[in-house]
Amino acid sequence: MRELIRKLVETYGPSGAEENIRAVIRAEVTSLADEVRVDPLGSLIVRKQGSGGGKRIAVAAHMDEIGIMVTYVDEKGFARFTRIGGVFPLTCVGARVLFASGVTGVISVEGKRDDPGRVPGFEQLYIDVGASSRDDCPVRVGDAAVFIQPFAVQGTRLIAKAMDDRIGCAVLIETLRRLKHTPHDVHFVFSVQEEVGLRGAYTSAYGIEPDMAIAVDVTRTGDTPECYPMAVELGKGPAIKVQDTGMISHPAVRELLVQRAEAGHIPYQLEVLEGGSTDAAAMQLTRAGVPAGCISIPCRYVHSPSEMVDERDVENGVRLLLEVLQAN
Amino acid sequence: MTMILKELSEATGVSGDEESVRAILLPAIREHVDEVKVDALGNILALKRGTGKEGLRVMLAAHMDEVGMMVVSHDGDGFLRVRAVGGIDPRLLPGAALQVGPDHLPGVIGIKPIHLLKRGEEQQVPSIEDLVVDIGAASKEEATKLAPPGTYIAFATRFREGSVTVSGKAFDDRAGCAVLVEIIRGERFPFDLHAAFTVQEEVGLRGARVAAYAIAPNCAFVLEGTVADDLPKDKDSSPTTRLWHGPAITLMDNTFIAHRGLVRLLTDTAEALSIPYQFKQPGIGGTDAGAIHTSREGVPSVTVAVPCRYIHSPVSLLSLDDFNNTITLMREALARLTSNTLRSD
Amino acid sequence: METISLLKQLTEAVGIAGREAPVRALITQLWQPLVDEMREDKLGSLIALKKGTDTSAPKLMLAAHMDEIGLVVTGIEEGFIRIARVGGTDRRVLPGLEVTVHGREELPGIVASRPPHVLSEEERKSPVPWDELFVDVGLPAAQVEALVSIGDLISVRRETVELKNRRVAGKAMDDRAGVAAITLALEHLSHMRHGWDVFAVATAQEETGLKGAITAAYGIAPDLAIALDVTFGKHPGVSEPGVWPLGEGPTIGIGPNFHPRLAARLREVAEAHEIPYKLDPLPGASGTDAWAIQVSREGVPTALIGIPLRYMHQPVEMLAAQDVERAGRLLAFFIAGLETDFLERLAWETSTDESER
Repeated sequence: MRELIRKLVETYGPSGAEENIRAVIRAEVTSLADEVRVDPLGSLIVRKQGSGGGKRIAVAAHMDEIGIMVTYVDEKGFARFTRIGGVFPLTCVGARVLFASGVTGVISVEGKRDDPGRVPGFEQLYIDVGASSRDDCPVRVGDAAVFIQPFAVQGTRLIAKAMDDRIGCAVLIETLRRLKHTPHDVHFVFSVQEEVGLRGAYTSAYGIEPDMAIAVDVTRTGDTPECYPMAVELGKGPAIKVQDTGMISHPAVRELLVQRAEAGHIPYQLEVLEGGSTDAAAMQLTRAGVPAGCISIPCRYVHSPSEMVDERDVENGVRLLLEVLQAN
Repeated sequence: MTMILKELSEATGVSGDEESVRAILLPAIREHVDEVKVDALGNILALKRGTGKEGLRVMLAAHMDEVGMMVVSHDGDGFLRVRAVGGIDPRLLPGAALQVGPDHLPGVIGIKPIHLLKRGEEQQVPSIEDLVVDIGAASKEEATKLAPPGTYIAFATRFREGSVTVSGKAFDDRAGCAVLVEIIRGERFPFDLHAAFTVQEEVGLRGARVAAYAIAPNCAFVLEGTVADDLPKDKDSSPTTRLWHGPAITLMDNTFIAHRGLVRLLTDTAEALSIPYQFKQPGIGGTDAGAIHTSREGVPSVTVAVPCRYIHSPVSLLSLDDFNNTITLMREALARLTSNTLRSD
Repeated sequence: METISLLKQLTEAVGIAGREAPVRALITQLWQPLVDEMREDKLGSLIALKKGTDTSAPKLMLAAHMDEIGLVVTGIEEGFIRIARVGGTDRRVLPGLEVTVHGREELPGIVASRPPHVLSEEERKSPVPWDELFVDVGLPAAQVEALVSIGDLISVRRETVELKNRRVAGKAMDDRAGVAAITLALEHLSHMRHGWDVFAVATAQEETGLKGAITAAYGIAPDLAIALDVTFGKHPGVSEPGVWPLGEGPTIGIGPNFHPRLAARLREVAEAHEIPYKLDPLPGASGTDAWAIQVSREGVPTALIGIPLRYMHQPVEMLAAQDVERAGRLLAFFIAGLETDFLERLAWETSTDESER
């Protein structure tokens, strides 16, 4: 799975401009699916028709990653920007970004500040793309860029930008590869625009009308120095979500995930996440409601350019999803 | 063309109280549409059938409501206590001239005279909870009778026409409504045009959400009056949009990301016909597109706006060229819209 | 049923947002003899139908939320339980609070607080932050680990009490008071004729984002809706506009969230039956199920009846039983008087039919 993960995380795909990552995922799944379609906002929906007698299940992972968008190019060719999704000024200073055209930029912060010790606001940051004036600047208002860091492996830890949620996409693809038998009509949704408001999942679920929805996304951990207490750690298995800021998992779906984990002897953790949500929250509210839950891959440094997961948790995430889809 | 903008600008229609604006729009469009109705929330939904060449359902939306205030209580001496309806900067309220209630009673907001301020007090910004509206009532009973709780209050600003610009209140979004009226009054398009004059955008994109659900369009264009912050500044930074630089296209704001195919349609059209256009500074504000694009299975959307200085203040300013270019760009782009425009791959 | 004992039953039941099963079971029991059909929807809202006599049967939805705010177990450390909130739990009232931990057993617990003797001046100046709050069930660590898991819920353990002037205080008055008002209305209606179909809904997960109302409204697709929720009660320190005295009647919401003619009809009914009320001007979101229902599908004319409540989101939420009774009667008389073509009266004046002018 490492090659698949590397390919996915290194592809450009900020919210609203997911064409590239959609094409990469499409190439991976087309031969495995009964039906592949793209819905009006751009989510990729891959259907695996089951043998019958089961439910209609939507399983979602989002294709989009956070990024930045140019808002203004000044006289000297420096670009000002706004965020696409949950980007924080602290992770921007000194970061490198990549535009769709291949242009690279460096983000830095204004020199003259009232209180240099304080974390800057976005209006004090700018991108240097090596231009000398507005006229020769290779980027313009509206161009979007993503943060760049190469994929790295350190023991069982995998480090890259966009683990959120390319790792979820990898879990879905790998599950689809290994799925031999299922009684259910499974719709794998590679959603768009999750980072800016769970938008793709909300509209995709409306179209699918599932009986049950499961998101596969990252969650934070409580195992780094002086962090906010949280009972999730890297390497202890995928997390089964109890609740997060945006939703309370349907108790029956949570129970199902726990049962399948125990039946398959898969290590798991229970997760309460403060400060974040997933596609499951959106799918839960479509039409007259959908029982929803989430399988989370523990991840350190979420929304930084170096998100870290443990590949054992990823493998166990795949096994858990397979257990759920293969059972009645 | 400015007549309808003048009438619309001077009408009072704070979010939830859009009756007067409907009363101008319905007769203005009636003969140019095939069906029209007013829905449960007060949106005007009108259908202008197409020639049949394109099978698309295209939604155009502009919101009828403006920001204003609501009376929430009365104090002992006959003053009205108010709260904002929609986003108002309270620093713009002292000295404002207002119209109170359905009878448009004149009202004013005044603050403590500068002569009487203690040291440091002139630095303080009164919040809306601290301010009172004065309609000249002599007692609490009189004030309560004339302007009971729930009474809506709008700015009382007359529309003025200059040589190249016009000023008035509520160009956000009576400018968008006027543009939509002109589009409706024009020729039929190849596709069915579903026009929605929406309510309650300023308090949460409310009308657009139900209008989009009812129409179930394939794509949507939202017509707005948007922020132009092109005043001189010390720092070299974005003006958001600028007057005289043409209609402003939204690529991304706090409520949605525009469909790139629709953006390309607009920019290709503008370039082919030498119509000036600009991109609104990404990440500022929100529009009805935010509610429309997540309707049902998703609706590719874009917002096109007339740049207006001083929106959400008692008096805004726009350029007639920008206004007319917005109408032209929309008409021409719509004429070129096909289902290919909406393809994602 | 007597109002105060109804309130006591409803508020002492447990039903935290997302896992409302216990209180849903109670409400099911209470409503069973009063309605024709009942079902539970996908998010756990209880939807009951009391059929009207009209064959064309337009639909009225009544909504009061059955969920209460609470706490959830996020971890266990040295036998002490770490917590997070479910809904808008106010951490200022937590230290020293008696709670129930719903683990493998129902365990009585206390929200721990460090004694003033050991705290610095600084520490005593601000409320305890969430990551320093623990629940103590008074058991050895190994037992706690065995009986309690992450994700278990914790509810406030508090008996509802009657004070002077039929004022009642307890936890979860928000919004069991609304559920009580609907229950009283259904009781009245069992002796009255009404044309419209009434869908009484005890919504789930209001406290975590009006979720039950969103999905229930979509499922029912009502023609009209009235939400019953609590509103702010007046007491020292809280006297701005939008705050109401106890015992002077329920409030009727006016503003963009509400159809003006629906609010007007409620006022007429209140006046005709000498039910005191107050008009509550709300310039934007009402923060209630009415906000969600109004924009369901193609839009729903909506109203809000508010029951004044002091100390919202604290274990001592207090209201006047008379106000709950008045809300119940107002609803019942409104429903009984709803004519089949009432919706036509809600059409906005600028109708499109010239002949109607």
